[in-house]
Amino acid sequence: MRLGNVVGAVVSTVKDEGLDGLKLLVVEDADIYGRGKGSHYVAVDAVGAGRGELVLTAAGSSARQTRSTKDRPVDAVIMAIVETVEANGEITYRKAGK
Amino acid sequence: MKAGMVLGSVVAARVAEGLEGKRFLLALPVDEKDRPVGGEFVACDVVGAGRGARVIWIGGKEAALALGRDEVPVDATCVAILERHGRNKEGA
Repeated sequence: MRLGNVVGAVVSTVKDEGLDGLKLLVVEDADIYGRGKGSHYVAVDAVGAGRGELVLTAAGSSARQTRSTKDRPVDAVIMAIVETVEANGEITYRKAGK
Repeated sequence: MKAGMVLGSVVAARVAEGLEGKRFLLALPVDEKDRPVGGEFVACDVVGAGRGARVIWIGGKEAALALGRDEVPVDATCVAILERHGRNKEGA
């Protein structure tokens, strides 16, 4: 899985019917401190993530293994909202308010 | 299946259905001399690997199979703790 920050949403009117009803979010790759790396991609939201949250995404056919994305044409899904990241014995990221 | 080094862990505030209670590790892919061969990634853990452990991880859809079910959205899982790896000159 990859760490990423939710930085926006995608609105699409003309799309494959397999994408109907899915929430598409723009995710920026992030490091272990939650800092953006500058590269972006679009992922389907399976956990109710919102802008500004650090999330985990699963890619490839794994992305279809949720109730909402089963058999849908997607290759990236947000499957967790991150609370803390710990690396080498120190907390490098903590979700605001936690 | 590839080798990796565990750097730490990730705690989730909320997870997709089927991932409740799963452990997430922060890991680095490494070669046979423990040199990093890519950037850090997050993997599920089924063997209780801790920081500093060398592990074998699987990527792709198969990563879900290691969790005992194939319908969970994970693309990397640590499936073994490595004691020794690398080439054997005697060819064993």
